[in-house]
Amino acid sequence: MNFRHKHILGIEQLSADDIRFILDTADSFKEINSRDIKKVPTLRGKTIVNLFFEASTRTRTSFEIAGKRLSADTINITASSSSVVKGETLEDTAKNIEAMKPDIIVMRHAASGACHYLAERVDCSIINAGDGAHEHPSQALLDMLTIRQHKGRLEGLKVAIVGDITHSRVARSNLYGLTRMGAEVRLAGPGTMVPPGIERMGAKVFNDMREAIAGADVVMMLRIQLERQGKTLLPTLREYAKFYGLNTENLKLAAPDALVMHPGPVNRGVELSSYVADGAQSVILDQVENGVAVRMALLYLVLGGEQAQ
Amino acid sequence: MAKAATIILDQAGVNRALTRIAHEILERNKGIGDVVLIGIRTGGDHLAAMLQERIAQIEGEKIPLGILDITMYRDDIGSRFDLTIGKTDIPFPLDGKNVVLVDDVLYTGRTIRAAMDSLMDLGRPKSIQLAVLVDRGHRELPIRPDFVGRNVPTSRDELIETEFNDKNQPVEVRLVKK
Amino acid sequence: MKILISGGRVLDPTHGIDDQLDLLIDNGRISHLGKNLQAEGAQVIDARGKLVTPGLIDLHVHLRDPGQEYKEDIVSGTRAAVAGGFTAVACMPNTKPVNDSKSVTRYILAKAAAEGFCHVLPVGSITQGSKGEALAEMGDMKEAGCVGFSDDGHPVASGELMRRALEYSRPFGVPIIAHAEDLDLVGQGVMNEGFVATELGLKGIPWVAEAAPIARDVMLAEFTGGHLHVAHVSCGAAVEIIRAAKKRGVRVTCEAAPHHFTLTDEAVRGYNTNAKMNPPLRSAEDVAAIRAGLADGTIDAIATDHAPHHIDEKNVEFNIAFNGIVGLETALPLTLRLVADGVLSLCDAIAKLTINPARILGLESGTLEVGRVADVTVIDPELKWTVEAQKLVSKSKNTPFDGWKMVGAATHTLVAGRISYQR
Repeated sequence: MNFRHKHILGIEQLSADDIRFILDTADSFKEINSRDIKKVPTLRGKTIVNLFFEASTRTRTSFEIAGKRLSADTINITASSSSVVKGETLEDTAKNIEAMKPDIIVMRHAASGACHYLAERVDCSIINAGDGAHEHPSQALLDMLTIRQHKGRLEGLKVAIVGDITHSRVARSNLYGLTRMGAEVRLAGPGTMVPPGIERMGAKVFNDMREAIAGADVVMMLRIQLERQGKTLLPTLREYAKFYGLNTENLKLAAPDALVMHPGPVNRGVELSSYVADGAQSVILDQVENGVAVRMALLYLVLGGEQAQ
Repeated sequence: MAKAATIILDQAGVNRALTRIAHEILERNKGIGDVVLIGIRTGGDHLAAMLQERIAQIEGEKIPLGILDITMYRDDIGSRFDLTIGKTDIPFPLDGKNVVLVDDVLYTGRTIRAAMDSLMDLGRPKSIQLAVLVDRGHRELPIRPDFVGRNVPTSRDELIETEFNDKNQPVEVRLVKK
Repeated sequence: MKILISGGRVLDPTHGIDDQLDLLIDNGRISHLGKNLQAEGAQVIDARGKLVTPGLIDLHVHLRDPGQEYKEDIVSGTRAAVAGGFTAVACMPNTKPVNDSKSVTRYILAKAAAEGFCHVLPVGSITQGSKGEALAEMGDMKEAGCVGFSDDGHPVASGELMRRALEYSRPFGVPIIAHAEDLDLVGQGVMNEGFVATELGLKGIPWVAEAAPIARDVMLAEFTGGHLHVAHVSCGAAVEIIRAAKKRGVRVTCEAAPHHFTLTDEAVRGYNTNAKMNPPLRSAEDVAAIRAGLADGTIDAIATDHAPHHIDEKNVEFNIAFNGIVGLETALPLTLRLVADGVLSLCDAIAKLTINPARILGLESGTLEVGRVADVTVIDPELKWTVEAQKLVSKSKNTPFDGWKMVGAATHTLVAGRISYQR
């Protein structure tokens, strides 16, 4: 199959066939990660710049390992978003990096739409590693790969996503992807954290977390970030944990073989109790493992797809 | 207008060729000790399975069979239309083995180069041998098959098509004008 | 020097004139209005097939002068104004320094008189430095030539201060122009709160952040008897509040901007920074409510909120891009679309660009009365043209209407009897 996307800016741009193809490709790359010699020459001579304007250990490391396992040269640049306000503009930063001829820029930025902005202004491929509250496509793809690995399918599954939907790029990307793949997506979160019109994106919205997870095949918990949410959205973390945290008790409401997922890093005892995070139903570490394979697939397909056009 | 096709091997011809290759493999390796078969996707994997069967008929024992996808080792990323990557499935160690690589058609040699690179990353075989159903010439690399079903002189504007039935057995090998 | 505008369809909403007439201008004033006028030696403007209206008045623009002349200045801004058919513009005080004293007011008027292409009507600030702390010298500024007072760009957050501003300005007979915005409710919002913001992952500005302070200001106007003019109304709830207040007899007037009756927040898709303004583009329901408010007279005037910004301030990530768009050169055809859509009669549309803003600001202009200063706009209502941002007269090119096909444009703009612009 062919893949006609030069950039991966979001799941929104991908068809069900695209998503299936990415997941299949990632499946094939997974085998490499269990070899003694975890390296193939597929992207030999290619240069990938990880341009991160926001702190991220997991995603950046995952992209870096993915690039290295495909024999690409990967370079990490950590920049400060605040320097954009005064000093060098994002466009200038990107143009300067582009002048050094990378093949792909993987970017994370605090501003929604920053990757679209860049894609309109540079010639190389852009992969969105998270832009503001907009999209985090590689996360949604690794989530879907993990679900498919354990459930054998995505179609017809009930997936509950619980937490701060308003500020979550993970929720948006999963919502696009899972609905496109025929899953039912249920959302629940505090009244201050469910954005208007989200149901028009294909989700069922519940006020009570227990209703959202009842009979669910997958329960995806979002990280609560007090520094991002500010003071007015929540009374206390204690109360949040009580009403919107997943624990061994309310997990019983989900299907008996329900998967527990979390994009990490986990606030133990807040959105997820340690018993659940480390329990038999948790696939959190599978998500991390699959992240490398999914990112290998994206790097490979973006470069192959660009030139096949 | 239908494409001009010449039949190179019919089903019986394929079967005879594979039987002969099976015997030659055993002869060369003095039995089945340390011999493993690795079929290259797609085509070579089916032929390798048939060779495994024939060797079992002769020796009474199945030798290990693996499948290799060489897409990740190809040197033409970007000039391909199809980006599909198949699964490599070699559920046994290659160290110290006499590996017989199996493919349907040998042409430029680039696929075999990629396959050998891939095998080297997966382990340290004692030797690598090459079995092909058809050798059509036009090598671009210094690669020579050890076991050949049939040598067919071709021109570069011709294609070799191998048709498999629903049991993944080759029923016909044709030479077609592009 | 005489100018005869002959054979046009003369529209003067104030006097109910809508007839094919000739209009003679002599010595900067309108001297005759009638059929088959003859004028020896007059320059003749053939207005057959065109509209002849009072000069258009924009009661809400930003000329950026003094202080931010890299965006716009009094010369370029007034040149853009006459290109759009405007003969007078009211400029907001959020310059650098803020127009909060007669010295700044005098600077603006002097530069406009010397170099400007149309009348410039300064709006002074309500509070010193527009900081919302202490009243500015409104009496002094009124004497110097200010036509109204506003902290535009910033709300007057204190209810007490807004009350006092309405009370203090009352004897001077000038309006307090409210930029209504609850900054707490706006928070870090960058576009209208709603489905599009949710999809784009951008922080939303809810309509209540505009409507709630309007409700407060309307009640303060009712309480004080002062004249409140609400700037750039963008949401249905605000229209409803003002409609009800007018029924009660409150001295409240308001304006809407062409982008708010033309575009919805869908225009933001693709993170288009030229669709970023404050108040933001709203939902389709809000656009319908604005149009209904224009139709029933709740919204008195159409004003552009012309807000030039340099390309460097727009060619950035959406959340740090500056708010605002240029509007002087696209307002007239966008208003004529309301006529084509059956929202307004042609006469009402012209009134909202002429006599209504004149009355709000207490001006004598806005009509074609014989003896008045000859501010006249000649409009070809059928002229088809395409907006090309780079060819705009304004120094700044930040328009969301780039590439739009427009119908209708000013062909002659006469300011005090002189042809300031000819297409």
